[in-house]
Amino acid sequence: MALRKVLPIAFPLLLMSVPVLAQGPTYGIGRTPTAEEIRARDISIGPTGEELPPGKGSAKEGALVYRSKGCAGCHGVNGTGGAAPILKSMDPTNPDVWARGRILPLRAPFATTVWDYINRGMPLNREGTLTPDEVYGLTAYLLFINGVIPEDQVLDQKNLAAVKMPLGDKYAALPEWKPRTPRLKGYPY
Amino acid sequence: MREKRSARREFLRNSAALAGGVTLSAAAPAFGQAPNQSPMIKGEREGEIGYGARSKYITSARIPHGSRHTPDNFGLTFHVATPLQDQVGVVTPTSLHYYATTRGSYLPDIDPAKHTLMIHGLVDRPLTFNVDDLKRLPSVTRLHFIECAGNRASRSAKTVQETHGMTSNAEWTGVLLSTLLKECGLKGSAKWFVAEGSEEVKGASSMPVAKAMDDCFVAYGMNGEAVRPQNGFPMRLMVPGFEGILHTKWVQRIKLVDRYYMNYNDFGHLDQEQKVAALDYQIGPKSVITYPSGAQRLPGKGFYEIRGLAWSGGGAIKQVEVSTDGGKKWNKAQFQGTPQRMAHCLFTYGWQWDGNETEILSRCVDEIGQAQPTREQIAKYWNKTFDQTFSVPGLDNSVQPWKIAKDGSVTNGFA
Repeated sequence: MALRKVLPIAFPLLLMSVPVLAQGPTYGIGRTPTAEEIRARDISIGPTGEELPPGKGSAKEGALVYRSKGCAGCHGVNGTGGAAPILKSMDPTNPDVWARGRILPLRAPFATTVWDYINRGMPLNREGTLTPDEVYGLTAYLLFINGVIPEDQVLDQKNLAAVKMPLGDKYAALPEWKPRTPRLKGYPY
Repeated sequence: MREKRSARREFLRNSAALAGGVTLSAAAPAFGQAPNQSPMIKGEREGEIGYGARSKYITSARIPHGSRHTPDNFGLTFHVATPLQDQVGVVTPTSLHYYATTRGSYLPDIDPAKHTLMIHGLVDRPLTFNVDDLKRLPSVTRLHFIECAGNRASRSAKTVQETHGMTSNAEWTGVLLSTLLKECGLKGSAKWFVAEGSEEVKGASSMPVAKAMDDCFVAYGMNGEAVRPQNGFPMRLMVPGFEGILHTKWVQRIKLVDRYYMNYNDFGHLDQEQKVAALDYQIGPKSVITYPSGAQRLPGKGFYEIRGLAWSGGGAIKQVEVSTDGGKKWNKAQFQGTPQRMAHCLFTYGWQWDGNETEILSRCVDEIGQAQPTREQIAKYWNKTFDQTFSVPGLDNSVQPWKIAKDGSVTNGFA
């Protein structure tokens, strides 16, 4: 009698606890980082921009940063003519973005990609030294010289991800990957 | 004990003196006398008792890949190719393993006591692991190739090092990424992960969680010792069968996310065509003859064991065929050892060269039925004319022809 009473209660409890148990740590090895440690290391800026730090910058401010940080030394005075990859389209009227070359502030599907790239990878040999304001400014400058945003637009933590890039969704998404599956069905025959 | 040891030393000294005497008087050995000896390395040469070195007569070396010199004027290292023509067996010696960096990079000089891998994002419990933590966990030891996406034979390439040297094969030891992700409690919304290195640009790539849970691992060991700095010391991500850049070296962070993150390396991977994107990810089945290969010379007609390597990102190699008549007849090659999944395997084929001009080729099929194509077949697939200007879209896994001239000289069949 007592058992019968307990069972209807015990069953749902058991079912609820199973997935929790299955996801618990098996070995208990590894250290829990603090929220502060995670924030300090997390420099991956995704398309939603949720990881962006506070800050802001316009094309005019970015143009000054471009000169003062030596960007022009490798990328040319106006984003062309240097030894490093060009940053401004030589063919600005061509409606086909793909035909205009591999230019980061033009071909990147998201403005966050431009921000992420500059923040982690520039300037050469002094990576990681730019302040968020400088990165916002440089991003605005590069988007402006490619006609993506107006010169007076101020980019910040809130509006960067909303910038409409010229490529739109005209790029190939990767196929869903499954183990033991050909990379492209029917290739090459 | 001490007396015994010194007595032994005394004996060795005497024997050495005796051996020296024999060598001196053995310029023209008489009947019954021991044959002449090679010079001996006596004592220690450049720390070789502690850590061995190869013979001074063996000079095989890596070379810069393509036109960019390594290190460059800034001291940045870029891409260097492995001398496949000299490789013996299936494992690439660590010192000769191909080496590449995201954009040209300084070599991170990491103190392992200060290095951690942080796993965070869409997990229940973010965790950091140092090398000692990893060594406590259940390990895997697997043979895997790594290949750079730029590993394609140009017409001007002379040797197999130039045509195919941006791939190598090693035995890797580490902890499955699935083990670490289970420890962190993977959330159902996690579909992709971003892996990031510790070099100055912190190269980051997005990869599917399905791959993470299938066979990715964080390696701390390579060919029986700690992973070397050029290969990602103290830990690197292994993504078996995927293109080289995704095998994140000096890995310091793995973030679980809900979408493709379009970070640093992802931008470089952006493709316009769906099919090219698919071909730019998992390595296709590929094989190449390494002996005889470009710039070598056969001394004369007669027997030669043709040797080569075959590999695929789709699994283990199931079959390799060799043609010695320009592709008219295909002969089954033999495997030396059992082909492993996503690893180079060594194949051989015994051949009698009649001394006439010919072309030798190899082709392979992997365990899921993918076949290595010729460039003509690839051009046909894309409805393109096959001529000297045709470039294989995506990763190039096409059949490599080697021409053999009457004088025994071997040259690139694409030249």
